[in-house]
Amino acid sequence: MQASRLSRQVPAGDGVLTILHGLELEIASGDSVAILGASGSGKSTLLGLLAGLDLPTSGEVHINGVNLFALDEDGRAALRGRLIGFVFQSFQLLPALTALENVMLPLELAGAASAREMALTVLHRVGLGERLHHYPKHLSGGEQQRVAIARAFATQPKLLLADEPTGNLDSATGARIIDLLFELNREQGTTLVLVTHDAELAARCGRRLRLVDGHLVESS
Amino acid sequence: MNLLRLSWRMLLREWRAGELHALTFALLIAVGGVTAVGFFTDRVNQALTTEASQLLAADLVLAADHEVSGVFLSEARRRGMTPVRILTFPSMVLSATGSQLAEIKAVAPGYPLRGELRIQSPQGERNAEGIPEPGTVWLDQRLLAQLQIAPGDSLELGAARFRVGAVLSFEPDRGGDMFSIAPRLMMNAQDLPATALIQPGSRVSYRTLLAGTPREIAAFRAWAAPRLSRGEKLEGVSDGRPEIRSALERGGKFLNLAALTSLILAAVAIVLSARRFLERHLDGCAVMRCTGASQSQVFRLYLYQFLCLGVLASLAGCLLGYGAQWVLARQLGGLIAASLPAPSWLPLAYGLLTGLATLLGFALPFLQRLKRVPPLWVLRRELGRPQRLNLAGFAAGVAALLAMLLWQAGEIRLGLYVLAGLAAVVVGALLLTHALIWLLAPLRRGVGVTWRYGLASLVRRRHASASQVVALGLGLTALLLLTLVRGDLLHSWQSTLPLHAPNRFVINIQPDQVQPLQSFLASRGMASAALFPMVRGRLLAINGRAVSAADYEEDRTRRLVEREFNLSWAEQLQGDNQIVAGRWWGKNHAATAQWSVEEGIARNLGIRLGDKLTYQVAGQSFSATVTSLRKVDWDSFHVNFFVIATPALLQGYPASYITAFYLPAGDEALLDGMVKAFPNLTVIDVAALMNQVRAMMERIVSTVEFVFLFTLAAGLMALYAAIAATREERMVEAAVMRTLGASGRQLLLSQLAEFILIGLLAGIVSALAATGLGYALATRVFHLPYQLNPWLWVAALAAGVLGVTLAGWLGTRGVLHQPPLQTLGQLG
Ligand SMILES: Nc1ncnc2c1ncn2[C@@H]1O[C@H](COP(=O)(O)OP(=O)(O)O)[C@@H](O)[C@H]1O
Ligand SMILES: [Mg+2]
Repeated sequence: MQASRLSRQVPAGDGVLTILHGLELEIASGDSVAILGASGSGKSTLLGLLAGLDLPTSGEVHINGVNLFALDEDGRAALRGRLIGFVFQSFQLLPALTALENVMLPLELAGAASAREMALTVLHRVGLGERLHHYPKHLSGGEQQRVAIARAFATQPKLLLADEPTGNLDSATGARIIDLLFELNREQGTTLVLVTHDAELAARCGRRLRLVDGHLVESS
Repeated sequence: MNLLRLSWRMLLREWRAGELHALTFALLIAVGGVTAVGFFTDRVNQALTTEASQLLAADLVLAADHEVSGVFLSEARRRGMTPVRILTFPSMVLSATGSQLAEIKAVAPGYPLRGELRIQSPQGERNAEGIPEPGTVWLDQRLLAQLQIAPGDSLELGAARFRVGAVLSFEPDRGGDMFSIAPRLMMNAQDLPATALIQPGSRVSYRTLLAGTPREIAAFRAWAAPRLSRGEKLEGVSDGRPEIRSALERGGKFLNLAALTSLILAAVAIVLSARRFLERHLDGCAVMRCTGASQSQVFRLYLYQFLCLGVLASLAGCLLGYGAQWVLARQLGGLIAASLPAPSWLPLAYGLLTGLATLLGFALPFLQRLKRVPPLWVLRRELGRPQRLNLAGFAAGVAALLAMLLWQAGEIRLGLYVLAGLAAVVVGALLLTHALIWLLAPLRRGVGVTWRYGLASLVRRRHASASQVVALGLGLTALLLLTLVRGDLLHSWQSTLPLHAPNRFVINIQPDQVQPLQSFLASRGMASAALFPMVRGRLLAINGRAVSAADYEEDRTRRLVEREFNLSWAEQLQGDNQIVAGRWWGKNHAATAQWSVEEGIARNLGIRLGDKLTYQVAGQSFSATVTSLRKVDWDSFHVNFFVIATPALLQGYPASYITAFYLPAGDEALLDGMVKAFPNLTVIDVAALMNQVRAMMERIVSTVEFVFLFTLAAGLMALYAAIAATREERMVEAAVMRTLGASGRQLLLSQLAEFILIGLLAGIVSALAATGLGYALATRVFHLPYQLNPWLWVAALAAGVLGVTLAGWLGTRGVLHQPPLQTLGQLG
């Protein structure tokens, strides 16, 4: 995955606010990368652009050689369905669907033949085999995030983007979620990009990048 | 005070943030609609009353069989009105070639106070400016023909000679007592003394015409009523011809129905908007509670905001309504009346009150729930949900709405029907929605992903879905009632006065003329005209107890008791009569002595089935039992009688016959032939009167159609609010699905699946409700036959599905072309 000259400006008051400023980034397949930075530095904005959830002011993002922003909204959605998993800080499970159905959803949307079996496998893998038919509102925060992770991994994406996945969880639960992410990253060979404030968590990643003034700087 | 200022500042802030736009818009439209309807119907009602006044040629008539005391005239003048007096009496009119009994009408300048006199001149028909000049008289066509004279000729009336000035073709108050009208001669009252016809003992009817504002008329009426002496009575607009009165009443009901419906739709829109407001403010409230605000502070903070908003939005709505009704009046003014009277200010008060009562009545339960949000909500939403909405909280709102309904309906029954209908729709929609959801839920495993998601959303949003179905169901019900059912009702109303309803009545037919007249008519292709015997009789006693006018409240009833009226006999029940109690005697019991009484007069006179009525006919009195009560369609213009006897009871008494038939325009020659062959017959032409009734019906129909546009707008508002209530939730979910790789088609289909289900449910609910309400309204309120209309179902289901789908698609379409993060960012 490669991002070049990535800029994002938003109108702010009377002027424009430049969040990302000609940012360059290249991540090798199978790598794990932590993105650090002060609150408001543009980490979520960057992650959204990498997933094609938002449009840049200028610049390109290539995933597996495909230019994300040369596609239309439907094209990007289809590409996400095949290649990218996304984990939100606030889980974003669909409240109308049970845990199992939430995990089945991306598989079904992609037209997978054995969506149910695949979803069951992943849910058992994240330790929620007993909570298949529970609705999100009946699950704790940690359980909801585990469903969200199962949902992200269900399609066996090449790239998993997680925006402060433990931000809404206590530290013990957060640690278990992180373990789970790294295990799945190893098992499936998924490229992992994590936004986090947690230094310990960042330390477990292969690379650490800090977002400063709209640029990424490698940090140790 | 501090709190009030804070409320105001918060209101401004929220206004800028766009938080309150939907709610305000709903309220403004609702109040605008209601006041526009109020203002406009107020003016239309005034105009319609004016129109009906034309049939009296005045707003109020003091009628007497003697010269009334000058006190009445001076009091009327003192109150700023200009009374005009007219006298009518029968007299012989002589010409060089013949003589004829005519009804003489002597009028004073100013007549008529309402409506126009029309005369025929060689140039054609035109409005008469003024009344006959002294020394001249105007005659109707019939009298001219009978006297074989023409305008310019002279004639003798009493001791004086007159020149025929013009042919009188229309007088607004001709319709008075239809069956006693001989041909007309109109003269100037100034010439009366010269004729020397008014002598003690002459049969003269004195009428004093008055016109003024409704308030002046009501005040004068109240003043005069207790001062009337024997033989004097007041005739108001609604005491006029029953046909006109029932047309007016029905028209008013149709208009009120439209206004009522827009009010209900407004309440629906407010409930949905307020609910959304609650959802959006839970966070802010919880934060305020965290920072130390008390429940009552939080409550008052929002209450003041809503009060300010309610007053401002209602005022703006009133302005909108006022503006809208001017546009309305400009567009329709010429159609309804030459110039509509200015609106009264009552609708303004009504609009303000409606706005505030509806907003607070239906928003307070939500505010109360808002204040109960626990501070913990900020941290753990899944724990802190405030308790469920208390339905009893809406009691005040429903009571306020009921009060408004009753006020607007002006009639408890109509208001209650509408309210009962509303309650039935709400309960029915809730039950049906939950039942269907329960039935549909298991299907979810067996369908594709988009339908599964649509179904799952429907099930999860069960309560929101149910309220959407209720809102849409109500909106659709109103629209159906106002389009299809209204069409059906208006159609069956108009068909009560069919195109070929009889327009000529012939009276004074002698028994020995019955056969010859029937063959005369048959030979000219009018075989179907039936002849009915008429016997003048007076009711003496009910069950042996003498009846007296003093026992009755109503003027009309008193008159019936004081005077002789027409009885008839028959073997067979007339086709358009319907027995509502007892049994018709039929051929086999024609030899017995029985009465059949029309149900309305039976009610007024206190006659019940089985009572013994004593009548006096030609100086003899006799009794018989009432064995049936009949329902008569008075709008039909057919010959009908209040009281009918078995042939055996009345056949022996002196009788004359009456018939009625439809004479196509241009066939008047037939009448000339008839009058030549049977010179004693009197022909009464009601064509002009019927045209007046028809014109009025058409005007009412078009005003109802216009008022319906406002109801439609209110319905669309409710629909908008219902869709908007879950719009953001849908958009967030759509954005999440986008993140998971859903294509635009998949997103659209899964939304459509849910919308289609909701639309279908709302369609079923509204079709059921509109059928039921239409039936109840037709049979109970409008007294019209009701026919089931299968198109109603087709329309309801189609409108439900298409309307909701279109609205939902328009509402969520943006998501399809917007990057998901922007959607989430805007909303979250
Ligand atoms: N669509 C937008 N409009 C306006 N401001 C935005 C928008 N998106 C992000 N921002 C601003 O850009 C900055 C970076 O946001 P974000 O990427 O969420 O930061 P982080 O995730 O690092 O905390 C913030 O100040 C945020 O308010
Ligand atoms: Mg962030």
